[in-house]
Amino acid sequence: MADDHGDTAGSTAAGKDVEQHGAPAHSAGTAVVATDEVPNPGFPPHRPRVTDLDPKVDKQQERRVSTMFLLSIVGSVLAVVAYFVFPIEPGNMQSVRNNTLFLGLGITLGLLGIGIGAVHWSKALMQGHDLVEQRHGTRGSEETRAKAVEVFTLGNEDSGFGRRTLLRRSLIGALVVTPLPAIVLFRDLAPADNPVTLLKHTFWEEGMRLTRDPSGTPIKASDLTIGSAFQVIPEGLNDSEHRIEEKAKASVLLVRLKPEDLEVSEGREDWNYDGIVAYSKICTHVGCPVALYEQQTHHLLCPCHQSQFDIKREAAVIFGPAKRPLPQLPITVDSEGYLIAKSDFTEPIGPSFWERKL
Amino acid sequence: MATKAARASRRSQPVGRRHPLATVALLLVGLLGTGGAYALFTSSATAETSASAEALVEEGGKLFAANCATCHGLDLEGTTQAPTLIGVGAAATDFQVGTGRMPLAISGPQAEQKPVQFTEEQIQALAVYVASQGPGPAIPADMYLTGEGYDVSNGAELFRINCAMCHNVAGAGGALTEGKFAPALADVTAKHAYEAMLTGPQNMPVFNDTNLTPEEKADIITYLKYLDETPSVGGFTLGSLGPVSEGLFIWIFGLGAIVAITVWLTAKSN
Repeated sequence: MADDHGDTAGSTAAGKDVEQHGAPAHSAGTAVVATDEVPNPGFPPHRPRVTDLDPKVDKQQERRVSTMFLLSIVGSVLAVVAYFVFPIEPGNMQSVRNNTLFLGLGITLGLLGIGIGAVHWSKALMQGHDLVEQRHGTRGSEETRAKAVEVFTLGNEDSGFGRRTLLRRSLIGALVVTPLPAIVLFRDLAPADNPVTLLKHTFWEEGMRLTRDPSGTPIKASDLTIGSAFQVIPEGLNDSEHRIEEKAKASVLLVRLKPEDLEVSEGREDWNYDGIVAYSKICTHVGCPVALYEQQTHHLLCPCHQSQFDIKREAAVIFGPAKRPLPQLPITVDSEGYLIAKSDFTEPIGPSFWERKL
Repeated sequence: MATKAARASRRSQPVGRRHPLATVALLLVGLLGTGGAYALFTSSATAETSASAEALVEEGGKLFAANCATCHGLDLEGTTQAPTLIGVGAAATDFQVGTGRMPLAISGPQAEQKPVQFTEEQIQALAVYVASQGPGPAIPADMYLTGEGYDVSNGAELFRINCAMCHNVAGAGGALTEGKFAPALADVTAKHAYEAMLTGPQNMPVFNDTNLTPEEKADIITYLKYLDETPSVGGFTLGSLGPVSEGLFIWIFGLGAIVAITVWLTAKSN
């Protein structure tokens, strides 16, 4: 069908785009012509519709289409009416729901009525013949092409672009250098510092109290009973300048197990306090908040990709796509019995990244 | 006593002046008198109350021995099948039995809710009996269970921080590991919701009164009530399950409608 339509044999007159009933002949062009090519079956025989044969049905379909348009009018009017009949009353959610619902139904009817009516019109009443629309040739006429070349040649002669090499080269040089500021600017979108140090440092500091999320009240070790789970933020986080950003890194889950249930590895003996342990809530897979704690199995489940961590074994991964255990926050108590951090996290929190060493 | 004191004062002091201890003595007499009278009038009532409490404990003990002791042990000491109930308190008993989770019908990933097996009185008796065997959290006071007069927005924030990760932000429940799940909270009574927070049934963590104060628990209960009573602004909630149910709906019905319209658009008319 990629014929230049001027050469098309099936076309009755040059420039005619629409051809009725009949397969266009192929010009070989550059395409490979297969000897066993499947012949174009052409169109199936024309089958008149009921509306073509029976004027009564034709009239009926016409009424049907106009009914759709009338329904559309009704819908649009209903939408306007609904807007006033079901106003939004502040504080009343049911009124919001009614307003949206009936307004939406009205507008839907208004639009669908026009759409369905128009399609039905074209299908049932407009001319039912099969048509082929030929593609236009994209090549311009010889005169147009010659004219275009002439314009370029004239332009070149006038400006001396081809002749004045100094001008040409300095222009090309200027164009090449223009994007440089953009590169310098966009470079700053990348982390300015080593991401390991950036992610390793959180709001936590030595001696900082563990406080409840969201109130920020300090937690005593005696507040935790066996099986308790506290959602924890560092003291003073609520007053910090970048509260949300810092919270995203410093969130901690605090739970209490029986001390004998904990399997503590070497070097972490004093990181828990009497069975109370604190772990980063940021998943080491892609950083979802892990806080689905099961107090009997001591499993911690990440809701995003079902990674499971075993709190008994220092949040070791026991299932799912996470690769590293959750970082543990070393804790102890101060002289007043409040839980405090012994230090910041000792490894970067959150998901793995290229620069990170395990 | 009063006479003694009076006599003593008469002996040591000139007539007409009271002994300095006379006032104290008079006070003592007055206190003893009213106290004694009060005791006389009310002793029968107290005796009745304690008798009924004893009867309740006794009834609870019988119910426990008949229905619970097989697994939890005759002295609540627990067996290899079930944990000890010493110290779990009335709240845990009321929650487990009152929601039909106990007695356990079948062992599985977690105790499932089923029709409640006991009457209100029997549940109360069991709770009183278990509480009498070892102190534990008590059944919450009614003032925290009304769901009115508390801070619903604070409750919503506390719910999002402490509960929503398992129970879904709209309280629709969610899956946990190995067949366990956090149940939907739509029709949970305020009392059972409070008791669940207080005692941490099964794998739910404990939210004791130092973590969430009774007022904060009441805030959360108010939020749950708000969720129950407030219609969804967005129309059908599709179970409030988020992308799963919404995605399923749009893939089946939304794309289905588009396919149907496309077929209709291109089909030939009769």
